[in-house]
Parts: sequence; C-alpha cells; structure tokens
Amino acid sequence: MKKSISIVSVITLILSSVLIFNGCGYEYQYPSVIGDYTNHNLQGTTLNVYNWGEYISDGSEDSIDVIKEFEELTGIKVNYSTFDSNESMYSLISNGSVSYDIVIPSDYMIERMIKENLLQKIDTSKLSNYHYIDEGYKNLYYDPNNEYSIPYSVGMVGLIYNTSIVKETPDSWGIMWDEKYKNDVLTFNNPRDAFAIAQFYLGQDINTENKSEWDRAAKLLKEQKSVLQAYVMDEVYNKMESGSAAIAPYYAGDYLSMVDVNEDLAFVYPKEGTNIFVDALCIPKCAENYDAAMLFINYLLEPEIALANAEFIYYASPNTSVTTNPEYSLLGNEILYPEESKKPKTEYFHDMKPEIRSNFDKLWQDVKLYRHPSK
Amino acid sequence: MKKVSIGNPHVATPYVIWSVIFIVVPLLMVAYYSFTDANGSFTFENISTIFQFNYLRIFGESILYAFVATAITLVISYPLAYFMTKTSLSTQATLMLLVMLPMWMNLLIRTYSISNILERNGIINTALDMLGFEKVQLINTPGAVILGMVYNFIPYMILPIYSVLSKIDNRLIEASSDLGANGLVTLRRVILPLSMPGAVSGITMVFVPSVSTFYISQKLGGIHNELIGDVIEQQFKLNNNYNLGASLSLVLMVMIIISLAIMNRFASDDDGGVIV
Repeated sequence: MKKSISIVSVITLILSSVLIFNGCGYEYQYPSVIGDYTNHNLQGTTLNVYNWGEYISDGSEDSIDVIKEFEELTGIKVNYSTFDSNESMYSLISNGSVSYDIVIPSDYMIERMIKENLLQKIDTSKLSNYHYIDEGYKNLYYDPNNEYSIPYSVGMVGLIYNTSIVKETPDSWGIMWDEKYKNDVLTFNNPRDAFAIAQFYLGQDINTENKSEWDRAAKLLKEQKSVLQAYVMDEVYNKMESGSAAIAPYYAGDYLSMVDVNEDLAFVYPKEGTNIFVDALCIPKCAENYDAAMLFINYLLEPEIALANAEFIYYASPNTSVTTNPEYSLLGNEILYPEESKKPKTEYFHDMKPEIRSNFDKLWQDVKLYRHPSK
Repeated sequence: MKKVSIGNPHVATPYVIWSVIFIVVPLLMVAYYSFTDANGSFTFENISTIFQFNYLRIFGESILYAFVATAITLVISYPLAYFMTKTSLSTQATLMLLVMLPMWMNLLIRTYSISNILERNGIINTALDMLGFEKVQLINTPGAVILGMVYNFIPYMILPIYSVLSKIDNRLIEASSDLGANGLVTLRRVILPLSMPGAVSGITMVFVPSVSTFYISQKLGGIHNELIGDVIEQQFKLNNNYNLGASLSLVLMVMIIISLAIMNRFASDDDGGVIV
C-alpha cells in the first residue's frame, strides 16, 4: 500500500510540474469542511489532546496534517500528546494533576471512566456531523445512551504469521503454544490482550468473574513462555517485517501496514473468536476548553478528515461517509470490513470489578516474573 | 561597596531550592506511598509483599546484571582513559569527542539500534549467514541486556577516570621510577591509588542507572530477563499501584546504597566513601 502511495505521489508530482510548465497554477487544496469552525471566540485558546501514538493523519506521505489544518481553520492552538496503553492514560487522568480536553480511550476504559465520574457528557445534537456515525457503533454497552463518547476508530485482533516459516494454515490460537515454533512466537506486552488470547483458546468468557478461570488462563500463559520469544507492543512491526519472529497476534489494521513491507505475512481471525474494540473521543472532567473540544470532535467527523485519518491509521472507520466513499482505498477490505458470513466471533472487553482487577494485575505480574524451566 | 564572597553560604541557595522541590519532596512522597495503602492508611503490606521469592530473585538478578556490566565497563574504560592521557592534546580532544558522540543520541534510539544489530535477521546474523556460518542467538539473552548497559553507560566511566588520570602530576611518576619502581609497580602503587576517586565515581555512575534500568531489559532481554525497573514501571503505568511501585523503589534505593557502600569499602582503603 505504502509503495503504491509513493508511486501515486511521484506521478502526481510529475503531473503537477507538467501543469505548472503549462502555465496552470498548482495550488494546495485545503480540506473542505461542512461544519462551521470560524464563528466562535476561541481564537488563541489551547486545546489539549491526548491520543494513542500514530493515531491521527499527520501530514507524512502526502496525507493531510489534521492538527495543523484544524489550527489554521479555527485559530485554536492544539497541544497534542500521546499514550501507549489505556492503563497509562487512566493512571494520569485519574491522578488529577493533568488537564486534557480530549482523550481517546477504548470501550472498557470508557466504561470505567464513566463509572468513576471522570468524563463529561457530550451533547451530540451540537455536533453537526454526528449523523455520519454508523448505527452499529451507537448504543454500545459501555455508553448505552451515547452520552459520553463518539466512536473514532474500531478494530479487531487477529493472528499474523510468516508463510515462509509457518507452512500450515493456522485457524486457531493454539499455534501460539506449538513447540514447533519455539522462539518464533510473540505476544502482547499488555495484560488484557495477552490474557484474552489464552481465554479464547480455553473457551472462556474474556470478562469472566470466576477466579479459577483466571488462574487457568495465567497457567496457560506461563506454559507459553517455553515457545515465546518476546512480549511486544510496537516492536512487533520490526520483528515481523524482518522475519525475526514468525507468529504474532496484533491489531488487524497494523497487519495491513506490515504486509506492505513483507509480503510473506498472512493474517487470520482464529476460529475461537477474538477481541473487538472501539476507541472513542471523550471529554474528561478535567477539561478546561470544552467548546474547543466539541469543535475538534466535529472536525474529526468531517468526511474529508475522517477519510484522511482512516487512510493513515489503517483501522476500520465507524464513519459512514468514509465506508461509502469510493475514493477510500481500503473500501470493502476483507480484513477490516469482512462480509457478514466471514465475520469472526467477537467479544468486547468490559471493565472489571476492583477485586477481579487487582487479582488480574497480580496474575500478570506472576506471568511476567515466571521462569520457564525449559529455558 | 560590600564585598561578595564566593564562600558565602547563600551561593548554594539555587541548588538547595532545586533539591528540596525535585529531590527531597519526591523522596518523601515515595516514602509516604510505600507505607500506605490505596486509601491512604498506614500499612507494612507493600514492603512485606516484596519479601517474596519472585521479587527478591529479581532484585538479585538486577544487582548481578548491573554488577557485571559495571565490571566490564571498568575493565574497558580504565586502559582507554590511561591511553588517552598519553596522547597529544589534540588527539585527546578527538578521542573525547568520540567517547561523547553516542551520548548525543537518545538512549531509547541507541538501544533500539542495538536490537537491530542483534536480531535474528539483524546485521550480525545476516553477515554470518552470508559468510556461510550458522546464525547465533544474540537478542533476548542476558548478554544482550548487559551489552546494552555497557554500551549506554560507558561514557560515564571513561570521563571521570580520564579527568582524574590527566591531572596526576607527572613528577610523582618520575619520582616513583627514580626510587627504583618499574612500570608495573608505579601503576599499582602510584597511579591506581591516585585515580581511585575517578574509578569510584565512574562505578557509581554506571552501576546506579544499570541496576534501575527498564527500557534496555525490555527491548533486549526478551521474556526471561525482566529487571526490577520493569516491575516498578509496570506498577505505575499499568497497575496504577503507586504504593507497591513506591515500596519497590524504596527497597531498590536501600539496596543501591548498601551495594555502593560495599564497593566503596573494597575500592578505597584510605579515603573510603568518596561517593555515598
């Protein structure tokens, strides 16, 4: 994909220079917007945005620099920073010493933050672009009345494998425990995702409140250490693209950018089921610029902006203006938007009760500190 | 006009204010969190949790790794620093620049680069493969973690040793040979003792960041080389358990102080306790 993008951009460059020589001016096109972003008194104010890393179109590879465009359009200064896990974001927000106007947690974390009174209500009637949100991503369990969150990006976890090393066609999470692939397997350095895989494999509910089921899953994760090479998050790109590891679970959209680099990589949604997630825009209680946050949310829902973000992030979009746009390069992509008959079994994470959570934290610590005797 | 003396105790005021805000207060907070639970009531539970096999083993491993890394760093650095003092001034400046050069890059980037060198399809293994040798397991080993420590922290060892060695009065060495000592005896009886303060501060400056590192072990160590820094990071970032995280940090600090005290005792007989 990235290669074809660069070819397209080279052609565009050549064409545009030809046009310039022909006397036709080539002008930078500002993204066109539908909503009203100028009629406000927020010029010169600051908007603090806290998002996942690599989770907004940033102007690289000829994409739209969404933050810069928003600043130029509205006169609002955006102070943008990133996090790498829901838990580290939560740790900072709940500590109360920071002020963010926008955060983008995942479903289960939104449930927890609503419960702990960390989020403000969002009046969707004031968002002129809210009607673009797919009905399928409204009224979800974590925010049943759509009062606190606006879906931003959605995805599923799947199994990525290198066909030059894995000669079979896996259909089960079980391959991540197969001794044949000793030292070739990676897994998430993130407890909920790592546990979910063991739980799907065991046929458990990933939100179980049964302590012995959690113990069983932890035991399976300890056994996995005999075949495991490393716990990874973003290092997965390097290791899978270079062929240093052969099997890794990761988010579907990220597979699409890995396969651009290494075409030996293949992807499957295992038959036992997998995790589906929604990352959504929220306004925390500590926000100091609510009105600017509302403007920014509406801006992100703009068809052209949402398209740019979907093309950049490679995750599925909950925005119907994107998923019906013929210009969208991932339109109908069978991994991001599988047909109804090919959809994997999916489960959302739910927030855990405090006692389950502290037991869960302890189990993960045990797993990480466990030394497998075979190594 | 009143004469301002640089011996005036008030010249230290900026640093005193700095250290109160950024060192003393945070240390008190660490102590506070260590002895309280999530509701803020007093408890010994966090501390007693640490005295379990799993945690003690990881403390032991962290100290061992840091100790080995410090020893390797010392053995590499001392001869280099000595050699540097024997070269011309312009060569010394060039060598110093080369030693400092890697520090201009961020530690995270340097560590990430090492992992690219050591990976199964990294630079070393690709070269071995092309030459017809078997690939070797380099990454995700204790050796990789120690290499990462040595690589990242070696300038902190070279610099203090070099600066002490370069200040040794050459007449002392001449006097030593006039009195009949050969090169080896001069090194052992004159140069080594005089350079001890540099070596001790080098040891401290390499050992402390090594024992508490977390990024290096995560990127280079794989699944079986987690160090205590990783566990502490996890408590703050993932588990939101500031109390256990603070207790672990406190115990680590105590262990560092004990380790350095022991090292100091071995390192310097006469002016014991240069640092700490």
